[in-house]
Amino acid sequence: MSEVTSAVARDVKKEFHVVGKSVPRRDGVGHVTGKTVYVDDISFPGMLHLKMVRSPIHHGIIRNVDFSAAEKVPGFVRVLTHRDVPKNIYTILCLIGVGPDEEPVLAVDRVLYKGEPIAAIVAETEEAAMEAVSRVRLDLEELPAVFDVEEALKPGAPILKPWGTNYFVYEGHHCRRVRFGDVEKGFAQADYIIEEVYNTSPIEHAPTETTACVAKPEPDGRYTVYTNTQALFFTMDNTALILQVPFSKLHFVGGTVGGGFGGKVDVIVEPIATLAAMKTGCPVKFKYTREEEMRVSSTRSAWRMYFKDGVMKDGRIIARKVISYADSGAYNRHTPYAVTKHAANVAGPYFIPNVYIDAYCVYTNRQPASAMRGFGVTPASFAVECQMDKIAETIGMDPWEIRFINAYRNGDMRPHQKVVEDATLIEVMKAAAELAGHQLPEHLLKMHSWDREKA
Amino acid sequence: MASRIVAFNLNGRDVEVMVKPLTTLQTVLREHLHLTATKSGCRQGGCGTCTVLVNGEPMLSCLLPVEDIAGQQVVTLEGITPVEGLHPIQQAFFDNYAIQCGYCSPGMIMIIKALLDRNPNPTRQEVMDAIAGNVCRCTGYESILRAAEDAARRLQSA
Amino acid sequence: MAKLRGTGIAAVNYPTGMNLGGDPSQALIHATTTGTFVISLSSTDLGQGLKTVIAQIGAETLGVPFENVLIDTADTDTGPHCMGTFASRATHRVGNAVIMAAKEARKVMLEVAAEELEASPDDLDTDGQGNIYVKGSPERKIDITSVALAAHFKYGRSISGRGMYIKPKSPVDPETGKMDPDSTEAHACVVAEVEVDTETGEVTVLSLKSAYEVGCQVNPALVREQIIGGAFMGMSHALYETTAPYYPSPDHAPGSFSEYVIPGPHELPHIESVVLEYPSVNGPYGVKGVGEMTANAPIPAIINAISNAIGVRLTEYPVTPEKILRALERSPKLKQPAQTGA
Repeated sequence: MSEVTSAVARDVKKEFHVVGKSVPRRDGVGHVTGKTVYVDDISFPGMLHLKMVRSPIHHGIIRNVDFSAAEKVPGFVRVLTHRDVPKNIYTILCLIGVGPDEEPVLAVDRVLYKGEPIAAIVAETEEAAMEAVSRVRLDLEELPAVFDVEEALKPGAPILKPWGTNYFVYEGHHCRRVRFGDVEKGFAQADYIIEEVYNTSPIEHAPTETTACVAKPEPDGRYTVYTNTQALFFTMDNTALILQVPFSKLHFVGGTVGGGFGGKVDVIVEPIATLAAMKTGCPVKFKYTREEEMRVSSTRSAWRMYFKDGVMKDGRIIARKVISYADSGAYNRHTPYAVTKHAANVAGPYFIPNVYIDAYCVYTNRQPASAMRGFGVTPASFAVECQMDKIAETIGMDPWEIRFINAYRNGDMRPHQKVVEDATLIEVMKAAAELAGHQLPEHLLKMHSWDREKA
Repeated sequence: MASRIVAFNLNGRDVEVMVKPLTTLQTVLREHLHLTATKSGCRQGGCGTCTVLVNGEPMLSCLLPVEDIAGQQVVTLEGITPVEGLHPIQQAFFDNYAIQCGYCSPGMIMIIKALLDRNPNPTRQEVMDAIAGNVCRCTGYESILRAAEDAARRLQSA
Repeated sequence: MAKLRGTGIAAVNYPTGMNLGGDPSQALIHATTTGTFVISLSSTDLGQGLKTVIAQIGAETLGVPFENVLIDTADTDTGPHCMGTFASRATHRVGNAVIMAAKEARKVMLEVAAEELEASPDDLDTDGQGNIYVKGSPERKIDITSVALAAHFKYGRSISGRGMYIKPKSPVDPETGKMDPDSTEAHACVVAEVEVDTETGEVTVLSLKSAYEVGCQVNPALVREQIIGGAFMGMSHALYETTAPYYPSPDHAPGSFSEYVIPGPHELPHIESVVLEYPSVNGPYGVKGVGEMTANAPIPAIINAISNAIGVRLTEYPVTPEKILRALERSPKLKQPAQTGA
């Protein structure tokens, strides 16, 4: 059995009526009776189904696509190619100024990952759509592919982006940089130099409900889109931009999601399903199969992180240099943004006076990565905390003590030059040690996050 | 291939459906009869969200051709939900916060119903064994195990 | 062969809100004729319980019973803009927008009640049970339904409010990386205890004991469920999950739940946690975001525990049995190296 208890450590007197109380879930009755309506539970008379023709190879040139056999499948309605998509090349973070556009809704003349959509087939039933997809004849010329982030940055690697590199450009730089203090001076002063490389794997969100939407033409000329996106307006606005229709033409309905974890922040099914509804005049459902969710939908990106720390005999970390590579897969999605978030956090919740960070967003021939729970910080926390143990082991210090000594306090400057104002790292460490029955020494128990004890 | 009529008992009522061969019970429930409490998480038999009871035994409706259950008794979540209030298992899920996104809940409730019908006082190990084929990505299972044990107590004291 | 036990710790921070800010959310509130308050949003509930905690925050600020508050989400025709549910932002951003809207609606509600009670609005308060009363003389009171009816049919006043919250977008200095990435930071420390089977390479996580500091909790049961669910996902990431088992090779990509390895209820460790509450300066009722970080902290704690158990530092996840067996070949803790070539 598991226990979670609350220890109210603050001085604030609780005088609330309902905040702070464990009231029952508002949606609970709907969930336990199966009456909550998820997107896949929505259907309309005359609703059509959309399925994607996908690349069977990791990297290649599209020489020809032959739909003639697919068109003969009973129930086939129509095919959509890149020529049907008004603004086919997009990038989802354009709404917050991230560019340039680089991902096609449907591939034009090249595919960059296995599973990349090449054409959409709309049919009267899901089975007919799948059957028609299986009859499309693809003539592709396979190209060399690259899967390793560092291989992708070497001269001679297949270049995946029109701007001629396999990395995202941050205001003229190859990577997101953080520069604080003088890291080389710190290394020169340090008693120990401790280096390690950390790796993480791509991970699937695996929500129990797959990504889905239904787009329905309305009598007033608008389109209602029922979707399980995590971000309703974000998805609608991107859809309007891709389809080049006035925003007022679209009406998005959602709010109930069968598991998100970041995987449903991409704008993937809605634009093409809405286009299909426009081109056919019928409601259109596009629901990922489980196989698509696993093999095609975005993943948590894999990371490789090189750490080099300068540490004093007393345990103080005085310099940290990190070179990180995020495997964005074939396209941006949210990874350029994750890399900046990573750069802000990869020094960890510690005060380190000299920090140097280069964080790269790298493209490979892999299914695109995107947002997932923890987003850039998950790999950072992993690497930092394993490195803390390595430092403790190397210099012969207790793993608790190394963290207490270096924990940031209110008033400390973080490497991205924001002053810490709400530190509680020492407090959670003390509480966790107590819960685990680990007796901390008196000099650590005296520490707190409100200011730094005099040396 | 030609469609044919299949008759079975669903939630206490006799129903007939006209289906093509190999149409699954899940498709019949969700698309022909519009009973959408039975979810469709993978259609590979891997997630358990489509669990229903056939003659009291839990079955994955996504793998079950409806011809195979002709003449048999099928119970879905709709069939155990009272007109007012909740079934004790549903109430236990609600009270124990054994729901987050809710997508696995129908399958979980049906698999636990099957367990408690044949074993009214299961050990935690037996509950774990029963739900091992049902995926929950949100809760970490703790609250679901708690709800199952709570439901057993409620049903026994009822 | 042996079973080796180890303990590992990890201490982490997690930022609340979209990195760099610039992520607005809005809320609109209006009262119906009989005093039900409708909070209109376009925010999404992923299962964490947003529809519940937002109703709590709205009811608290309005000063009306929880049952009197409805959440109407998510529809782009009727709900004002919300950036979305991600980045541990929703309770913080939407909650702040709801407080702003609720304050405006509450002001009108108290003004109408003041007319009916022949008192000054400044002298009135709500009891959270559906009444507005004169401070110091609680017998002079009026129920919310009467106030709403009077507002509509007697005074022609709309009991309503608009709320908007944004943390202005921070620029990033491209040379130094100077930036303001977060609104507030939550913290956690996890102590993991594991057992490693040196014959099979399998790891059993025996316990995850943690402390979380998440600002103030709006709904402690929902925070508890995030901590337990997140701990399980973190364990799953640490030991099992990958779409590329031989990364960077793309081969053997799983396509089903039978191929993509996620642990089940049998792998659930003993989870114990204590929640500390230090209110954030800018969160609604002091909240910080908790949703994402609960999956982060267990990963390094578990991996450090395995390293501690086998005496070899592990530097990547997932730590599959194969990787454990390969690491055991280098372990000083085993007199006889694990058999190779199996």
